[in-house]
Amino acid sequence: MTEAIVSLRNVVKEYQRGKQTIEVIAGLSLDILKGEFVALMGPSGSGKTTLLNLIGGLDRPTSGEITVAGQRLDQLKSGALSDWRANNVGFVFQFYNLMPMLSAQRNVELPLLLTNLAAAQRKTNAMAALTLVGIADRAKHKPNELSGGQAQRVAIARALVADPSLLVCDEPTGDLDRKSADEVLRLLQILSREHGKTVVMVTHDPKAAEFAGRQLHMDKGTLLDATRVAA
Amino acid sequence: MKFLPLIWATLWRKKFRTILTLLSIVIAFLLFGVLETVDYAFAHPSQGQSGADKLVTINKYSITLSLPFSHARQISNLPGIAEVTWLTWFGAYFKESKNFIFALPIDTASYFKVYNDDFVISHDQMLAFSNTRTGMLVNSALMLKYGWKVGDKLPLHSTIWTQKNNSLDWTFDIVGTFDAKDPLQASQYSTTAFFHYELFDEGRSFGKGTIGWLNERINDPSDSAGMSSKIDALFANSPNETKTQPAKEFALAFIKQLGDIGFILHAILGAVFFTLLFLTGNTMMQSVRERTPELAILKTLGFSNNLVLAMVIAESLLMCVIAALIGLCLSYLALPIIKQGLQGVELSPRALLPGIGVAVVLALIVGLPPALGAMRLNIVDALADRH
Repeated sequence: MTEAIVSLRNVVKEYQRGKQTIEVIAGLSLDILKGEFVALMGPSGSGKTTLLNLIGGLDRPTSGEITVAGQRLDQLKSGALSDWRANNVGFVFQFYNLMPMLSAQRNVELPLLLTNLAAAQRKTNAMAALTLVGIADRAKHKPNELSGGQAQRVAIARALVADPSLLVCDEPTGDLDRKSADEVLRLLQILSREHGKTVVMVTHDPKAAEFAGRQLHMDKGTLLDATRVAA
Repeated sequence: MKFLPLIWATLWRKKFRTILTLLSIVIAFLLFGVLETVDYAFAHPSQGQSGADKLVTINKYSITLSLPFSHARQISNLPGIAEVTWLTWFGAYFKESKNFIFALPIDTASYFKVYNDDFVISHDQMLAFSNTRTGMLVNSALMLKYGWKVGDKLPLHSTIWTQKNNSLDWTFDIVGTFDAKDPLQASQYSTTAFFHYELFDEGRSFGKGTIGWLNERINDPSDSAGMSSKIDALFANSPNETKTQPAKEFALAFIKQLGDIGFILHAILGAVFFTLLFLTGNTMMQSVRERTPELAILKTLGFSNNLVLAMVIAESLLMCVIAALIGLCLSYLALPIIKQGLQGVELSPRALLPGIGVAVVLALIVGLPPALGAMRLNIVDALADRH
């Protein structure tokens, strides 16, 4: 049986807004298996992005246990959580969030600056990641010289370059046309199926969710049901 | 070092703004370099190789008050005194008041004994000077500046001393040139011309038999304080009491008569850097604020809070130190021009060194607040644009 790479137990996340306490995640428990491609769906404010942030180690739960890649994230301090993110998780965002002043290759190299790799090796690895996502020929281009689809591929290459076991994607196709979106989703599918990456993707788009192996629906901070899609 | 390309690229994210900020820092440090050099020059007047054995004696109450000539003889009889000479402020200019000439009436025989190692004068020209009553020895740089040549008659206007015919205009014959032997003293003498005290004393309509101040050369330079006291003790309780100082202290005191140069210069610099602090600080704050999403992404990728803090400070350091170096280099290049404007004061590039320290302090002051902000940035809030 495949082991769970992501495990949440009774996770609660509350925000303080003025004097009001808002419960965004309400006692949620969830297991995501290694190599799974999971789509998180739900209306705005349902807690999808908050859940994604908790899984990616960007935020801490108010209570409950979060274990990702064998590490209890709810127990890690800020510095250790940064190190953990650098080694275990890659992030893809809706608006790519590339550094505008750096070339595609330099953008992809960013996570490798936190390693002990030499400059030449960093460049080699970055080019390998760009090749994997099919955009090596645009390595010297800056983000404003790339189309949306190309920029998102660069962002995926950046997420992959440190070889994390988990990819968290927040609406990765939200800013793309259908054709580019399908290309990006197929790429995520390949990364999950052929490279064993666990992909957790937040999306509003049912068509995008169809590329995932499992769809999770959220509302008011809880999981409604789970739809398993035939691989 | 591996983060340097990223920091460098970040610095040039908004090229025009960065260039303007760099320019403002460059100009501030150019000013810093110039003013600090001037301040240093006034605070450290060069005394050349033989300055330590020279004393200066003036009237106890003011250098503008004269002393009787007899003081020279009394001082020369003191044990430990090697030579004594005397001078008076002539206050001359050539044609226009802006053409200041430091014309000094000197007692030829004693002056060049006191300053026996300070000047390069050809034997023939020295002889001509000694034998020509109206003769004048002019510094080579001054000759060059006004295109004078040996043999020229030189009319100088004194702002103080009238001749017997009530004229303030004196005419001299240029019989030779001189240079300072020590290159460090070259600019100190660049406006100097010597003429005979005898001619001056006989020609002036008032003040005959008096002198402006005395210069002494002592046998033991380490006893300058003791010798100064002995000289002043000679004239204690007399109508013409004296104040004797080592030559270096005298030069400093003389300069201070102009006002507290250091205070004035530092006040100007203070105003400049206070303004620069706000300008650069605001630019850094704005620059970092604009990059909030990018900083959040770096943190998302695993850059720690401390690393982000260090990167923003490094960016500030890079900007301030590079601009400061350019400004200080420009001020170094401007030294020859400043020298022309400050005749008689020796300038040193050593005054520029504190500039690097000032640049580092400036960088830390303007870089720390945005760096702390970047360090404390909450990733989730920044990505959700709630920062």
